[in-house]
Amino acid sequence: MTTTAVPPTSPDQPRRSWYKRNEIGVTPWLFLIPAILFFLVYVIFPIIQSFNISAYQWDGLGEKEYVGLSNYQELWDDPAFYTSLKNNLIWLVLYLLAIPAGLFIALFLNQTVTGIRIYKSLFFFPFVISQVVVGLVFTWFYDPTFGLLNSILGVVGLGPVNVLGDPTYVTYGIIAAGLWPQTAYCMILYLTGLNAVDPEQVEAARLDGAKGWKMLWYVIVPQLKPATFIAFVVTIVGALRSFDLISIMTNGGPFGESRVLSFYMFEVALSEYGFRMGYGAAIAVVLFLIMLCFIAYFLYSMYKEERGH
Amino acid sequence: MRFTYKAPMLALSTAAMLTTGVSAQELTGDLKIFLDTSNPAPRATMESAIAKFGEMNPDLNIETTIIDREAYKTQIRNFLTANSPDVANWYAANRMKPYVEAGLFEDVSDLWAEPEIAENLASTKGAMTIDGKQWGVPYTYYQWGIYYRKDIFDELGLSEPANWEEEKANCAKIVESGRACYAIGSKFLWTAGGWFDYLNLRTNGFDFHMQLANGEISWEDERVRETFAKWRELIDMGGFLENHQSYSWQEALPFMVQGDAASYLIGNFAVAPLREAGLTDDQLDFYQFPVINPDVELAEDAPTDTFHIPSGASNKDNARAFLRYMVSPEVQTTINAGDALGQLPVNAKSSVDDDKFLNEGFEMLSSNSPGGVAQFFDRDFPAEMAKVAMEGLQEFMVRPDNLDAILARLEKARGRIYK
Repeated sequence: MTTTAVPPTSPDQPRRSWYKRNEIGVTPWLFLIPAILFFLVYVIFPIIQSFNISAYQWDGLGEKEYVGLSNYQELWDDPAFYTSLKNNLIWLVLYLLAIPAGLFIALFLNQTVTGIRIYKSLFFFPFVISQVVVGLVFTWFYDPTFGLLNSILGVVGLGPVNVLGDPTYVTYGIIAAGLWPQTAYCMILYLTGLNAVDPEQVEAARLDGAKGWKMLWYVIVPQLKPATFIAFVVTIVGALRSFDLISIMTNGGPFGESRVLSFYMFEVALSEYGFRMGYGAAIAVVLFLIMLCFIAYFLYSMYKEERGH
Repeated sequence: MRFTYKAPMLALSTAAMLTTGVSAQELTGDLKIFLDTSNPAPRATMESAIAKFGEMNPDLNIETTIIDREAYKTQIRNFLTANSPDVANWYAANRMKPYVEAGLFEDVSDLWAEPEIAENLASTKGAMTIDGKQWGVPYTYYQWGIYYRKDIFDELGLSEPANWEEEKANCAKIVESGRACYAIGSKFLWTAGGWFDYLNLRTNGFDFHMQLANGEISWEDERVRETFAKWRELIDMGGFLENHQSYSWQEALPFMVQGDAASYLIGNFAVAPLREAGLTDDQLDFYQFPVINPDVELAEDAPTDTFHIPSGASNKDNARAFLRYMVSPEVQTTINAGDALGQLPVNAKSSVDDDKFLNEGFEMLSSNSPGGVAQFFDRDFPAEMAKVAMEGLQEFMVRPDNLDAILARLEKARGRIYK
């Protein structure tokens, strides 16, 4: 009789489904599936495809012809490729000026004066304007005959300079146009960063006699590190996708001197006269490898950050 | 105004109905047309021509898609391979070659065997032929030449030049008066191609020019250098608009309108904006590009726009009927009239609209171009070669001293592109 007192445990309970049993392990993956799927289809697969196409000669219409590494070989002694690569590097270096410029404007605007919000939004305006419009405005500004720049230079007895028509100035001219909205973007990042600066630390530093540059460099800037990191990331990304400004302002000209790699790729593969998919893909691969350096660096520093906490 | 305008249009459309009605029965089914005629006047012209075709064939379901002109140039690859319309427009000569070679355009030699087309469109047959077959039909073409400010020429006591010496003498006087001889905007490169076409056609002749386009002649050939030497004479005089590399062809027009430049080597499509900007027919005139080498026959650029049937089309019979309709004499007269496309009809039986520039252009092309008719730099040269070369031409115009490096670069590209 005593045996009846102990109920048989497992058989009586309803059998839990496979999902219920593995819920903790499976659920995160379920949530991740859509993202992974899209990431595979729109990012990973095209990358592999680019590598693949870069080994072919293909006009995008007819038959592909396998040519091995000859596209890369041709890139190796293509002067237009080196011009684009050089311009890409100039873009990467000079575009970073947006970070200190943004920081100083942010420091300048970080005060309580009547109507400061209006000034802040005025400074932020260039970022709200579409890149295409920025490009157009600067094209008119640089116009060799009617442009404002040459009118101003004329007053001081200089010029005229055809910024966008001269191969020596053209890239710098476009970068200047790009810096305008990019500085505004960095400024807004730093303005939010400055809100989070600990007033007590500033007070303590002041008691210890820190002021001016020392205060900025040793007390304020370290506290702005997250903002600096983001500003760095968006500026590098901005420099690498400078396509729209170039397309609007010079169309890669004069005689191809303002091209960057992304524009060159578009030109040889997809534009009106471009029928060289393989060659374009080879340029894309080179651009990808350059980006990979930065991506690796970003991932590494984020990883380090997370481990530190 | 309206009534007097409508009457001839009605007459024309009924005439078109009569002629085409004889040969073909009414069509049924679908017809899908893709066009790049996105500018207002061409768009209206095409839409009304298609509407009339629809009236003639009430049971035919026509679907027309008009795509932005620039976007069309890149989209055509996608829609020809993936989702073909029944009719698409494009350009003649080498410009259609990639699609012909990829088997994306239908062979329409059968249309060209019909007497109606064979006889009346004979002049453009060459431009539509690749490998001995015809791959489409033309629907319009236009002349190139030098458009100039007659009032400025009168003021300086100049007359239309007939040869190179006169051209240079004129230019010297124009430069002296503080103006540029030639407006040009080379930001998008092809305008420089027009200059090369003419200088090379006049210096070395049509056959040489075509051999160069086909990759049979070296860019470093002495004769090519001679063309560039002629060009350089004008550049060194300060003949061309300064900073042209920063302007599109439209942005260079104001210089001509304001009298800062006296002439413009361009296609007839520039007349409409120049008139709109306020130049009257008394101020604006046209002359044929002057003789440089008297030993070569005159040849002209006259780009032809075309209709094609994609090989993936599903209603090819209807498409053929539409092509026949578009090249018929009456439709040709209507769509190329001054208030429509404002260009020249391809059918020998149709009439040229009574417009000063169309008359001069037609006269020039039909009787004063014995050497031949070229399409245009970027239509005669293969796309890749055209791109590289036009960049070199622009560089030459800005930095003529770089000529050797430019020619070496073009020669290298020639070695790669023509295999």
